[in-house]
Amino acid sequence: MATVFIDNRPYQMDGKQNLLRGCLSAGLNLPYFCWHPALGSVGACRQCAIKQFKDEKDPRGKIVMACMTPAKDGARISIDDPETVEFRRAVIEGLMLNHPHDCPVCDEGGECHLQDMTVMTGHAYRRASIQKRTWRNQYLGPFVHHEMNRCIQCYRCVRYYRDYAGGTDLNSFALRDTVYFGREREGVLESEFAGNLVEVCPTGVFTDATFHRHYSRKWDLQFAPSICVHCGMGCNTSVAERYGSIRRTVNRYNGAVNGYFLCDRGRFGYEFNDSQGRLREARLRGRAVPREAAAGYLRLLSASGAIGIGSPRASLESNVALRELVGSQHFFAGIAGREAEVLELMLQVLRSGAARTPTLREIEEADAVFILGEDIGNTAPRMALSVRQSIRQKPMEIAAKLRIAPWLDYAVREAVQDVRGPLFIASPYATRLDGIATRVFRGGPDELARLGFAVARAIDPSAPAPDGVPEGAGEVAEALKSAHRPVIIAGAGLRGTALIRAAANIARARPGARLAFVAPEVNSFGLAMMGAPALDAALEAQGETLIVLENDLYRRAPGPVIDRFLERFHHVVVLDSLDTATGARAEMLLPAATYAEGDGTFVSSEARAQRVYQAFVPAEPIQESWRWLGDWQSLDQAIAAVATAFPLLYGITAAAPPASFRMAGRKIPREPHRYSGRASMLANIAVSEPRPPADADAPLNFSMEGYSGQPPAPLIPFFWAPGWNSYQAVNKFQEEIAGPLRGGDAGVRLIGPGRQAAAYYEPVSRDGEPRDGEPKDGSEWLIVPAYHVFGSEELSRHAPGIRELSPQPYIALNAADAAQFGGEAECLGQRVPVKVAPELPAGVAAVPAGIPPFLGFDLPRRVAIRKPL
Amino acid sequence: METPLTQNARPDCPPDRAAYERAGGYQALRIALRNLTPQAVIDEVKKSNLRGRGGAGFPTGLKWSLIPKDAPHPRYFAANADEMEPGTFKDRLLLEGGPHQFLEGLMLASYATKADVAYIFLRGEYVLAARRLEQAIAEAYAAGYLGRNILGSGYSLELYLHSSVGRYMCGEETALMNALEGKRANPRTKPPYPGTSGLWGKPTTVNNVETLCCVPHIVNRGAEWFRNLANTSSRAKDGGTKLYGASGKVKRPGLWELPMGATAREVLDRAGGMRGDLRLRGLLPGGASTDFMTEEHLDVPLDFTQPQKVGTRMGTGTMIVLDDRTCPVGMVWNLEQFFARESCGWCTPCWSGLAWVERILRALEEGQGKPGDLERLEFQTRFFGPGRTFCALAPGAAEPLQSALKYFREDFERHIREQRCPWS
Repeated sequence: MATVFIDNRPYQMDGKQNLLRGCLSAGLNLPYFCWHPALGSVGACRQCAIKQFKDEKDPRGKIVMACMTPAKDGARISIDDPETVEFRRAVIEGLMLNHPHDCPVCDEGGECHLQDMTVMTGHAYRRASIQKRTWRNQYLGPFVHHEMNRCIQCYRCVRYYRDYAGGTDLNSFALRDTVYFGREREGVLESEFAGNLVEVCPTGVFTDATFHRHYSRKWDLQFAPSICVHCGMGCNTSVAERYGSIRRTVNRYNGAVNGYFLCDRGRFGYEFNDSQGRLREARLRGRAVPREAAAGYLRLLSASGAIGIGSPRASLESNVALRELVGSQHFFAGIAGREAEVLELMLQVLRSGAARTPTLREIEEADAVFILGEDIGNTAPRMALSVRQSIRQKPMEIAAKLRIAPWLDYAVREAVQDVRGPLFIASPYATRLDGIATRVFRGGPDELARLGFAVARAIDPSAPAPDGVPEGAGEVAEALKSAHRPVIIAGAGLRGTALIRAAANIARARPGARLAFVAPEVNSFGLAMMGAPALDAALEAQGETLIVLENDLYRRAPGPVIDRFLERFHHVVVLDSLDTATGARAEMLLPAATYAEGDGTFVSSEARAQRVYQAFVPAEPIQESWRWLGDWQSLDQAIAAVATAFPLLYGITAAAPPASFRMAGRKIPREPHRYSGRASMLANIAVSEPRPPADADAPLNFSMEGYSGQPPAPLIPFFWAPGWNSYQAVNKFQEEIAGPLRGGDAGVRLIGPGRQAAAYYEPVSRDGEPRDGEPKDGSEWLIVPAYHVFGSEELSRHAPGIRELSPQPYIALNAADAAQFGGEAECLGQRVPVKVAPELPAGVAAVPAGIPPFLGFDLPRRVAIRKPL
Repeated sequence: METPLTQNARPDCPPDRAAYERAGGYQALRIALRNLTPQAVIDEVKKSNLRGRGGAGFPTGLKWSLIPKDAPHPRYFAANADEMEPGTFKDRLLLEGGPHQFLEGLMLASYATKADVAYIFLRGEYVLAARRLEQAIAEAYAAGYLGRNILGSGYSLELYLHSSVGRYMCGEETALMNALEGKRANPRTKPPYPGTSGLWGKPTTVNNVETLCCVPHIVNRGAEWFRNLANTSSRAKDGGTKLYGASGKVKRPGLWELPMGATAREVLDRAGGMRGDLRLRGLLPGGASTDFMTEEHLDVPLDFTQPQKVGTRMGTGTMIVLDDRTCPVGMVWNLEQFFARESCGWCTPCWSGLAWVERILRALEEGQGKPGDLERLEFQTRFFGPGRTFCALAPGAAEPLQSALKYFREDFERHIREQRCPWS
């Protein structure tokens, strides 16, 4: 820590950081643009100018940029010095020369960092009479809207997009006061992290194009703290509602998990909430019925015994409610055999204490990463963004040797150039991270697992050896051994327990290594922790009634199998938020609240339990599944029931404060205090102002009234602080800038470090089985699922933008294999175009996962591919 | 009077390697590689009081010793031949008139800084210079002055010529490195300085062409000789000769090698004085980014220290002369148009401030000046002050403007008062 005197008052700050970060951490207001806590300092905008004095006796001092100046112990600086105050005002005046001042028609208005900083510096009157430059804007795809006239040339967009997120198709062009930030040619932004530009841009150049279609001012939105449901990472989000529809999703900072960034599936998938396919009424044999009638019929059916099928995309509360309703022996997990096996094994490994699982922040800080058989760029995109940062860790040594502060972003990058830290990727097909990998290994799932076992063996000779010695294992082992903070990543994508066992062995062999598992869905881990039998067991179960919870079984098993299964029951009840193929076969359909409309708890891939809260009360009869199924009076009762039934899940009670929680005796408002139209919004229906709904489940209000300070992390609906209307108000909620939120980040880890030492797992045995890439009889291929960030996930597919970017069905083969088929091939009963993927091993084919028609096939498996007749 | 830099310069037909060698060329390289350690070369250059001729006057020997002792290889040397300062054409003469002298200087500097690779970053428009350099480089390689194990010394140096695509900004040494790396030519954060982290993150030294041309002569004839080339009043801090130039409405615009510390009056005399019955109103002593001098300053020795006493600096030493029938506001507008256009667009004071300044000056010239404009211009010159901008471009642009506002205030005011340019 360093003591820095700011306007003659001492402040404690991190001496390894710069003065801007120190000042902001100290809670002081110092305006800035080009600096970003995740991007570091470059000194372009000159907005954070301060005076620095040599010592107490130096009366003049000199102007320096706070972001570029280290916070040295004993430093004396001034923010209030008149010369710097005037300078900062002049910088804003300069930035405003070309700015169109179109705030009233700009989507950023009211949450604009440029507005905030302009007010902060006191620049209020335009003195320049010069003509402003104007630009032609570009179409950048369904997610990001472009309005270049508003640009203030802070360079944040390109620094984020290129340097941080690894994109290449956004750039800065030309010079002077006419720098253009865009693509070389108009077109869809290629990066799956482009949506963060909306929050990275300090003004309205890049705005949310989905929000634009159903726009509302930030102050008019009702927010709820939420969790992204589109993969298993558990990124924290805020969902925002007005007039009964979800208008957008923004990042909700969590220092341990998503930090400042989301992926585009997470940010823009929310549009499924109001998509065409939404189920908004209870239907009995196709006819709408009132909530009470539907609930009554459900009670009647379940009284005489029912089979229940849970879901990895439903909350713990809903799954437990179904389990209690049907009885534990009649409850099944709703995921198919191999996926269930993999998840169970992941839990077993983590609980055994083979290794601690890292947070995403810890992955960012890793100095060697080995990704074993999981395409995280598509199955856990936010994790891939963290891995992208990890490759900068080791080269930081170069900068440190040259005494370049790690936050001096361009200086570091210029010193490091293209030196990258160790990243090894083993995958059957190309992944988005291949370009930055030290080395890429290709092979089928078993081949890759063998590599994993060999790496473990190369680290620790007492680890069991696989057959043969896969080439390159030693190199991976050496990198993991010599790293300080190695991370091993594996997942459920290829449904291979061998990959999980191999990853566990590596972690076991290298004490201190962290082991990250990627679970496929938002609550896969929560469901797995309930330990219920898999769907396969349910297929054998007998009963009169089947209750399916938020699960399209046709995505879990082949269509004919599910057809036969459903036919066995007299009554099929499906609870879901969307119309699904399973729902279409139901006798009764019950509309379930989405994560944005209901409360509940999800467990992420790092076994972090996190709560979601409804952003608004959905129109009847929509309600949480647990409310349909259980007889609990409140969320807290539901949580208590979960904790009682499953000791392993007891920790979820602490994931967020209970409904009775109050701050200064008051609840926390979901609406900003400037929320407008409360008295008039519904005046076309009734002129009296309706009473806001009560919320018995959460310490949150459906109102602008309530506690006006900072709530604990799990209960922050939106970030706002006086003078900080943009997202960057998050500065005021952190213990220190880019650190944890005050009082700790949201969520509770359910699995602590294990106590007993784990044993090694046995490697894959070959047992005369053909290798992955050896067709059995020349006609059978190993078909592996290929994941797509846009398209593979069920719910987000209903968002128009996501659907637009989803690939069409295909079958991918390497060039030689593809040559056998010409333009089309038939596989798994589907006729699809052939795509050449040169990197695929011979005999291995890939089809898009989760994208029709390849639903419900238990992949990977060996099947024939034929030339269509 | 000795003129070591230009005595053999033949812009019409430059000496080839053989001719250069006949005149004593490449002797210094032989001496250095055979008898001198890199440190000895640096020491000699330090003693010579050679300072950077690009305009900033940084002591050359000191610059060469800024590379940390244990710095890694490869190390780079870059010759800054991106001569784009308005009114400046001195390096052009040296490059076109005698490329081998320059190459020998570059080789010596590379040897002194233990560089493995050297680049010549050449202004794009210097097509003739490029052709002559290519030829000279080929000759030098053929003679074994470049490449592996030069003259059997064990020292190796590869040399590349890079023709710029033409931006003033590229002449800033760190922007030059970005340009060489194929990146946007924005200046880099300092520190770290290029000696620590330069081209491709490796130790790098950058020197101007004229600076490098001095080096063979220092090695050949010694530091003391070189120091004594300068005028007496300059010797304490400067050494050598300097290429001075004059453009504008003088009788004979041109370039002359004079002892360091020559006065503006001497340079004007060489140029034959003002053309016709024109009167001198002022001059920019060293390119567009220096403060005006007026008649009363003509006897100030132009070196790297003494002009500071009258509020200006020598810069490149190639003066632009303003006469009494040219509008000073128009002249400054012209210069600020250049600076505004060439701003790289990185830091706000520069890209926004220069655009604004240029627009105000244009308004003055077009008869649309307003009360308050001059105060605004003055404010902007302070806005470009030390520490406020990222690099020296905008502070340089402020120099002619702030001094014009001082010396030609009445002319500016007339533009506003009369709502027109009185010279038009």
